[in-house]
Amino acid sequence: MINSGVVACFPHMANYAYAFKYICEKGFEVKYLIPPPISKRTLELGSKISPDYVCSPFKYSMGCFLEALELGANCLMQIYGGCRLNYYGELNSTILHDSGYDFRFFDMAAVDWHSRKSVFENFRIINPEMSIVKVGLAIPVTLSIFKTLDKFEDYIRRNVGFEVNDGEFDATYKEFLKKIEDVSNGKEFKKLSKTYWKKLNGIKTDKPQKTIKVGLVGDYFTVQEPFSNYFMEKELAKFGMEVYRQMNITCTVIQRQNKKKRKYAKKYAKYNLGATANCTIAEAIKFAKEGCAGIIQVKSFGCTPEIDAMPILQNVSRDFNIPILHFSFDSQTSETGVKTRLEAFYDMVEARNAK
Amino acid sequence: MKGYLGIDIGSISTKGVVIDENNNILAREYLWTEGDPMGAVKRLLKVLQKQLEGKDVKVVAVGTTGSARKLIGVMTGACVVKNEITAHAIGTTTVHPDVNTIFEIGGQDSKIIIIENGFVVDYAMNTLCAAGTGSFLSSQAHRLGVSVEDFGRIALTSKKPTNIAARCTVFAESDLVHKAQIGHKKEDIIAGLCKAVVTNYLNNIGKGKKITAPIVFQGGVSKNCGVKKAFEDEVGCEVIVDENGHLMGAFGVAVLARKSGKEKAFSFDTADIEFKTRGFECGKCANHCEIICVYREDELIDSWGNKCDNGAVKK
Repeated sequence: MINSGVVACFPHMANYAYAFKYICEKGFEVKYLIPPPISKRTLELGSKISPDYVCSPFKYSMGCFLEALELGANCLMQIYGGCRLNYYGELNSTILHDSGYDFRFFDMAAVDWHSRKSVFENFRIINPEMSIVKVGLAIPVTLSIFKTLDKFEDYIRRNVGFEVNDGEFDATYKEFLKKIEDVSNGKEFKKLSKTYWKKLNGIKTDKPQKTIKVGLVGDYFTVQEPFSNYFMEKELAKFGMEVYRQMNITCTVIQRQNKKKRKYAKKYAKYNLGATANCTIAEAIKFAKEGCAGIIQVKSFGCTPEIDAMPILQNVSRDFNIPILHFSFDSQTSETGVKTRLEAFYDMVEARNAK
Repeated sequence: MKGYLGIDIGSISTKGVVIDENNNILAREYLWTEGDPMGAVKRLLKVLQKQLEGKDVKVVAVGTTGSARKLIGVMTGACVVKNEITAHAIGTTTVHPDVNTIFEIGGQDSKIIIIENGFVVDYAMNTLCAAGTGSFLSSQAHRLGVSVEDFGRIALTSKKPTNIAARCTVFAESDLVHKAQIGHKKEDIIAGLCKAVVTNYLNNIGKGKKITAPIVFQGGVSKNCGVKKAFEDEVGCEVIVDENGHLMGAFGVAVLARKSGKEKAFSFDTADIEFKTRGFECGKCANHCEIICVYREDELIDSWGNKCDNGAVKK
């Protein structure tokens, strides 16, 4: 049954809000609020009520929640993962409740995903009158939205640096995102994505035969959320580079590549380092083998698994003779410093590539 | 004769050189930025102009580097605006073509550049922390009541450098105070500080990097012979300090300006023109970008800082 009183919201990460919106509105039959795009204000609001030493993804999610609450959201949700993230939902909800906000909280870390009963009970936090059949029907479409977003963004990353008319990719993709909001079933989405896949492929590019490729690796949030990495993909593309990234929901959640990647990186890391660390190493090896001229690791300041991956990445760098640049981001990082390093990185890989 | 001007505007000091077509330095100057990059460059230009008096040199291209490179690039109409990592690498490989490793410690940052066959193959720059940089050394010199210029000379007289925690500036400082209070000799503490800077540098910036000779050490701190000696003790080979090591960024960007092939007449009168900047916060979206406008005698010549088109300032 449609529950008109609930307004659900996930914190932002990249453009996935559109998929979350679909599952909430078509599956759980509650309203979904896409929070305002992440901005300086989001981070400021979030930092104010977060512990100082927590990683920046927590601060971003906190900021998103606050902005969503302001706009009337009353059912917040948090994802889970292989590090401190499992505790973030609990902490988010406690801090916000202590600050006097009233809302219900769906914490994915609290669900026992092997127990139907637990899943059902937790789902009912979102909408007590939900129909599990409708949720079941909405899942394949939601997954297809995730996959399409990832596929499109992959394509854009590799081509946006060479577009003939500046901003064409961006505008087309934004148009597509806007239209996902009106999709009401899988068939409609399929048609829409087909149209826009054609449009994206039709955008004129001026790509030289030999391009400079660069691989992006790093922690789950920072590598995917452009605001948190100072729009690094865009900056790299501006230099005329092809950007590669494997970390996204398709690879991790849908195709469950983590185990395969851990195996791939076995020579360098025998044990599981937690969260995305083993994937970071595996991806770096893969990028090196596939002819990337350089690799950039981005991580939030204090991300322990990614810190553990750093010395191992240096082994990869030595064995494959490929430079790896490391970036650590917190809520206050100088933009000039980032630009200086990226510029130097470009000068370096360009010279190496020309050799 | 054609001349090429390179300016390196760092957080602490501003450096400038004028070179000829064969990379010979015709004029050079090093002065403090004092938080006013435009003022510092004006002073710099006056000095350079004076040094060039009587020589028939016409500056045909300008290059800028350092953290204020963009601002000064606009002010001087530079042909080349380059990051300091590339500028240092170009400068150093021009003077020492066989160099493999460059250590650079400046006022507020430090970097390592690894070079193979004249190409940069790897680099690192410190992030988030000022430990092991020039400003740390100068504040500690002040605390110990010696001038930075004497620091290295005093360090060399020590026979048994004191061990000082090197991980973090704050820890190093409290450790230093503690060691002084329990009676360590001043020269030993000073030598210990030089060692701490080197340990910190190698542990942070140099970690995992392939450090091979020849090594060139530059940046303001390279003038400190105590730090140079500590480096040599640690890496076990000679560390070259060039007489112009502190000017290498400016020299490198002058070389780049020459190589760019672009020419744009430059006049030292720039020093007499009034430049102003105005900063304001754009309120057109939630990002609140800080936008900087640069004016030459009340005429807007450039602006930056906006993340989207909403904040673009029209000329």
